[in-house]
Amino acid sequence: MKDTPLSNCERDFLLKAIEEKKRLDGRQTYDYRKIKISFGTDYGCCFVDLGQTRVMAQVSCELVAPKENRPNEGIMFFNIELSPMASPGFEQGRQSELSVKLNRQLERCLRNSKCIDTESLCVVSGEKVWQIRVDVHTLNNDGNLMDAASIAAITALCHFRRPDVSTQGQEVTVYSPEERDPIPLSIYHMPISVSFAFFQQGTYLLVDPCEREERVMDGLLVIAMNKHREICSIQSSGGIMLLKEQVMRCSKIAGVKVSEITELINEALLNDRKARKAGGKCGFAESMPQERITALKKDETPVEMTDVTETANGIIQKGEAAPQTYPELNYKLGYKACKKWDTVLWHSFKWPAGGDVVEISDSEEEEVVILNPEVPEKPK
Amino acid sequence: MFSTVRERVGEVLLPGDEFSFEAEEKISLTAPVKSEKVVCGPGLRRCGDRLVVFKSGVLRHKEPNVFWIDSQQRRYVPAKGESIIGIVTAKSGDVFKVDFGGSEQASLSYLTFEGATKRNRPNVQVGDLVFAQFLIANKDMEPELVCIDSSGRANGMGVFGAGGLLFRVSLGLVRRLLAPHSDIRSDLEQLFPCELVVGMNGRIWVKSATVQQTLIIANLLQSAETMTAQQRQQLFRKVQQGAF
Repeated sequence: MKDTPLSNCERDFLLKAIEEKKRLDGRQTYDYRKIKISFGTDYGCCFVDLGQTRVMAQVSCELVAPKENRPNEGIMFFNIELSPMASPGFEQGRQSELSVKLNRQLERCLRNSKCIDTESLCVVSGEKVWQIRVDVHTLNNDGNLMDAASIAAITALCHFRRPDVSTQGQEVTVYSPEERDPIPLSIYHMPISVSFAFFQQGTYLLVDPCEREERVMDGLLVIAMNKHREICSIQSSGGIMLLKEQVMRCSKIAGVKVSEITELINEALLNDRKARKAGGKCGFAESMPQERITALKKDETPVEMTDVTETANGIIQKGEAAPQTYPELNYKLGYKACKKWDTVLWHSFKWPAGGDVVEISDSEEEEVVILNPEVPEKPK
Repeated sequence: MFSTVRERVGEVLLPGDEFSFEAEEKISLTAPVKSEKVVCGPGLRRCGDRLVVFKSGVLRHKEPNVFWIDSQQRRYVPAKGESIIGIVTAKSGDVFKVDFGGSEQASLSYLTFEGATKRNRPNVQVGDLVFAQFLIANKDMEPELVCIDSSGRANGMGVFGAGGLLFRVSLGLVRRLLAPHSDIRSDLEQLFPCELVVGMNGRIWVKSATVQQTLIIANLLQSAETMTAQQRQQLFRKVQQGAF
């Protein structure tokens, strides 16, 4: 499917706003959007939200034969998938120019910078080494996929644990996670890429362009750096002429941003480790905030009120024991277990036999009193 | 059945809910009985002798007998007579191809502008915004747009857009803005003067005195979608006091 075309008036307006140093969402020139990092239940699964841009990285490993010219080193394999879920312009299966560019940039940023100790991935020299595969899936494209992908990839690599192995001569035993704890990869440093968009032939620059800004930009400068201020890769595309002062300024800004982002990543990893150690629930479903639509919520329950006193008296006379209380019924509402009953529409039930009416109150009390114990209620 | 449907006006209904004629409805032999006609709007469909809901939303009613489901979606499906904001993507011969956010592009003939003749062509470039209405819009044919109404006058339609900002919202917000006595519009009027073009395909174009004010209005409208009336008025008041 084709992407929505950009109209002339949008382009003019965006350029005019950039000249006045205003961005569409009210950020400053050097501001990043809000970054949110969450992890899945498996080790090595990481979701990164950069504003509305959303990517997921998954790391997996496999024992393979090493490359001929490097018998002592493990293999790293990177792959970025642009799924049609992210944008109507992405097509499934087709290698578009953007996908080639992103893949190449991610490889350069992570592989050539030697951030992972590949020699520690060797099991039997010349025969068996670990192949670490990083798959990054784009879930929503609102601009700056490169930065989000690099953050997701390096975080997933830091989060990943590979199975423990032991060798006895030529025999290799791979232990499952139940037998021996899996061990993390040895990572020297965390390279993170920062994107700068240039407008009006290099006069104006913006950090972390959103999708609209990406469409009207003239050129893009991507600097991958780690927190020790070592530049891992620089790439300039779009064919604009940049002065060396501009490039120096960008690298200084990148240094500041990278140290902030690295701190954020370390905090997220620490929180996840604490949560797993404490045995709490972790994973994608837990990290999503419970979102409710309350604008259309019904507050009142329609209750059948005709001849309530007679039926109530009849029920009380019939029932001999005190009404049973069912504390804290746990049941699943959709995909999440919750203790309180809310956002539920209850209608009054009318049982044809006997004409007894069971009232269920919609209040938030945790104890439930069921007046008619012979007819058990099955709340759906 | 009319009464059963009327009872549930204002309720949230889900696809699969139905209204049927109950056999026990008594028809009086003495009083004159008028045949009831229920006009189904979007979201309701007739299946045999039942009225079935096929979209989830709130049931609404307009006198004397029109019922429809107010549902929320972002994907626009073209309907005849609706005015939309489109982006011109191509000029081929006598016809412009216009993208309006649907599954295919609509065609707009150059003769359907006010005062256009074979010699006097309208000044439309690729990438311009047009405000047009649908002449033909069904699932079997390519949609067609026109920029004049039935009497041959432009009536606000045509090319526009220099200097403003175009953004997307959901279809529900657009309908709320276009309703006769809209709350959101009256709140917006009290902020600062602006020019607003609202297309029923979920696109809104706004232009105000300065770039900053235009950006503020665009952001306010996008966030007003999920707010209650009270939250929205609070937000608007805060912006007014901030006095950008």
